[in-house]
Amino acid sequence: MSEPTRTHGSLLIQDARTRNRNRAETRFKMYGIAAISIGLLMLTILLITIIGRGTGAFQQTFVTLPVELSAAKLDKKGNRDLADIKKVSTFGYTPLMSAALEAKVAQAGIETTLKPKAMAAILSKNAAATLRYYVLANPQMIGEVVEFTFLTNSRVDGYLKGRVTRDSIANDKNINAAQLDLVDGLIADGALKKQFNLAFITGADASDARPEAAGMGVSMIGSLFMMLVVLVLALPIGVAASIYLEEFAPKNWITDIIEVNISNLAAVPSIVFGILGLAVFINYMHLPNSAPLVGGLVLTLMTLPTIIISTRASLKSVPPSIRDAALGVGASKMQSVFHHVLPLAAPGILTGTIIGLAQALGETAPLLLIGMVGFIASNAPDSISSGLLDPNSAMPAQIYEWAKRADPAFYERAWGGIIILLVFLITMNAIAIMLRRRFERRW
Amino acid sequence: MTATILGFPTALVLSVIVIGIAIIGYVGARKRAMDKAGGDARNLHSLPNYYGMTAAMFAAIPALGVMVIWLFAQPMFVQNAVLPLIPASETANAGAQNLILSDVRRVADGLDVAISQGALIPAEITAMAGDPSNLRTILGTVGMALGSEVQPYVLAAAQKTRALSAQGRLWMVVTVITLALIGAALALRAAGPAFRARNVVERGILALLIGAASLAVLTTVGIVLSMLFESVNFFRLHDWKDFFLGSSWAPNFRGDSDLSILPLLWGTLYISLIALLVAVPIGLFAAIYLSEYANSKVRSIAKPLLEILAGIPTIVYGLFALLTVGPTLVRIFGRGEDGVLGVEWMSGATSVLTAGLVMGIMLIPFVSSLSDDIINAVPQSLRDGSFGLGATHSETVRQVILPAALPGIVGAILLAASRAIGETMIVVLGAGAIARVSGNPFEAMTTITTRIVSQLTGDTDFASPETLVAFALGLTLFVLTLGLNVVALYIVRTYREQYE
Repeated sequence: MSEPTRTHGSLLIQDARTRNRNRAETRFKMYGIAAISIGLLMLTILLITIIGRGTGAFQQTFVTLPVELSAAKLDKKGNRDLADIKKVSTFGYTPLMSAALEAKVAQAGIETTLKPKAMAAILSKNAAATLRYYVLANPQMIGEVVEFTFLTNSRVDGYLKGRVTRDSIANDKNINAAQLDLVDGLIADGALKKQFNLAFITGADASDARPEAAGMGVSMIGSLFMMLVVLVLALPIGVAASIYLEEFAPKNWITDIIEVNISNLAAVPSIVFGILGLAVFINYMHLPNSAPLVGGLVLTLMTLPTIIISTRASLKSVPPSIRDAALGVGASKMQSVFHHVLPLAAPGILTGTIIGLAQALGETAPLLLIGMVGFIASNAPDSISSGLLDPNSAMPAQIYEWAKRADPAFYERAWGGIIILLVFLITMNAIAIMLRRRFERRW
Repeated sequence: MTATILGFPTALVLSVIVIGIAIIGYVGARKRAMDKAGGDARNLHSLPNYYGMTAAMFAAIPALGVMVIWLFAQPMFVQNAVLPLIPASETANAGAQNLILSDVRRVADGLDVAISQGALIPAEITAMAGDPSNLRTILGTVGMALGSEVQPYVLAAAQKTRALSAQGRLWMVVTVITLALIGAALALRAAGPAFRARNVVERGILALLIGAASLAVLTTVGIVLSMLFESVNFFRLHDWKDFFLGSSWAPNFRGDSDLSILPLLWGTLYISLIALLVAVPIGLFAAIYLSEYANSKVRSIAKPLLEILAGIPTIVYGLFALLTVGPTLVRIFGRGEDGVLGVEWMSGATSVLTAGLVMGIMLIPFVSSLSDDIINAVPQSLRDGSFGLGATHSETVRQVILPAALPGIVGAILLAASRAIGETMIVVLGAGAIARVSGNPFEAMTTITTRIVSQLTGDTDFASPETLVAFALGLTLFVLTLGLNVVALYIVRTYREQYE
């Protein structure tokens, strides 16, 4: 009889195989940590990029100038007749601004070789229109000296924000080094500075040549009208469909088809809904192109499955005892559902609806097909019917529009637009979470 | 539909009128039932409100239903009535016929706008019937751009369209209001103690609920039909063999384009593959860590944070691809000597890699939360058995949990793939517009969704194969994603039942 061969050493000392297995264990765990870290890192990079690139859009460079509203130029006849004043186009106002800038330069003692007209080129193309609007609204001020705060050209704005440098302007026809010297002088004088730009949040989009004047306001209204349509249609239809499927539907093949259909619709690419909208609402029903009503209808169809799925979940969470109790005291099936189950499921339904709306708010692809891009929504709608039927844009479509333009000044606005969009989404999701926390009942 | 009453669309005004009748019916029927019961609700079969509701229901639902059907059907009838006015020689094939009919509609719409803005008066249009050559300029001034000169027969057809539409709208208003009144009157007459109002109302509500539930099916039918019709039109104008089997995509607005889906399909699948290569390992390992290793505190923080990635709109990812990831990749893999690696592989910011990487980031939470659910569904007894045999945690995961969860994970990956194939904004901004079949991930390529967007935006002409091809592409995309989803859901469902 021989001694059994010892294949293992002491329990207290790990052999090579155990060490390997433990190392594999640690490695495996590290992979998991790495995966989560990569995910979170990406989220951080994304958020930092958005905030870093977008906050600039909320500030704009303005220059403050006292402008003499010369009667000789604006009202040659001297009769202060509004019809005559209106005949002076924005071109007629440009000399006033050049003169004002020239006076400012002389007063601040800035040395420059620029001609007044070249000086005025640092102002936005919008500035003359601002001036004209003011004069038309206040004709009695003609002849006075009024202090104005004008937008500057987007290149000047870029210079203050570091996007435009003296090296980068070599081939730029819109600005030259002498003008930047002038800008430096005005900064030293305090007349030219960056400040908060409310017009970015409330204003309308602007043409390619005036990125400094573009804003999100009108597209926000477009989005608002679309969300209104989605809410008014998707909530009742979604709730009704869920009630039927959850409470009344018999188990048969028709119900099965509907159920499979809904779960598949939830996964149909959003662009397909855009094709549907284009074919049915615009080509067939002749609803107006680019109208928030059409956008809302398309987004309704897209959001319905989401709302139905979450509503069914919250109906399911109401315990059967509630239904039985209602039936027991003589309520009909319909009454038990509408008087008892539905109110108890309401917070859950509301939460699901808000999340569905948030999804719809950020959706872009279907809006491209029904024409909510490619034009400039310049005026805010003045009534509900024009809000629903007049061409407008929507927040994500506006962002896309800016991302496509050539001038990098628009990129900053696209990022800024994303900040506004995300603020809306975060608010909506926060409300949904709050509702859930506040009203969720565990049975 | 373009016609309006006092600035509101006819349908809207009509709905308001019908709802008004319904409200009056409600109040009337409730009062009548109570009067008949001698003011004591106990004498009635149902609660008094149900009598009111019957009236409101009878007034509103048939009337509004008829209105919706009318709005859908009228354009078709008008179109058929107008067709004989167009010379047979011009409508030889379906494409030309569609083109003329869409011209007719545009002229009709344009005339409506012109009259409402005061640019034309009806007598002037009648005078133009023989020679409508300056109509195009007039319609241009009111914002209705026409592709060609207005032919006399187009104007005649447009005028007939307008006349028939106006007539149809008038009849619609009359029919709908009559129906509403009849419905309200019937319910009013029936209101009384013997009438079982609640049962009637409940049956009505049930019908409405069923209607709402079938809307989902209707949407699917609408999607399929709308794309099928236009796809059939497309295949009439363009050889289906070229579409499915051709090798190049080169739309050409003079006609005779190469419209083959294969290069687009290649771009789509290549980008999706890269996206999955990013998302699947990261998502899967994240799910394993979160469900097997992480304590509840880490889990409660990391899981919602990861899921934020899924809630960010795709336009944000698109911008991120175009303006951040693309230029960064160019700095690394492009620019020759000035670049980080000193290589010259990438020339522009848009590329397969750009779009794929960003799409991968977007899909991480999708893969991770689905896999997380599936891993959690694996019964604890399997883990305990494995631990009891002396396996380490990672060995348990690799040799017991993952094989058990594999079908579910495959389902999750298929769902993610279907997401990737249908994703639009990231590829529109990040992938480029050049259709080619190449294995180089640094080149720009294009996808099905990108081409749908580009063929259907801007000036579209629904009689040309270059526009109609978008519907065929959309149908292919729909079938592709639907197929993936059905398979994935089937796998996930069969798997779930296994342990229940």
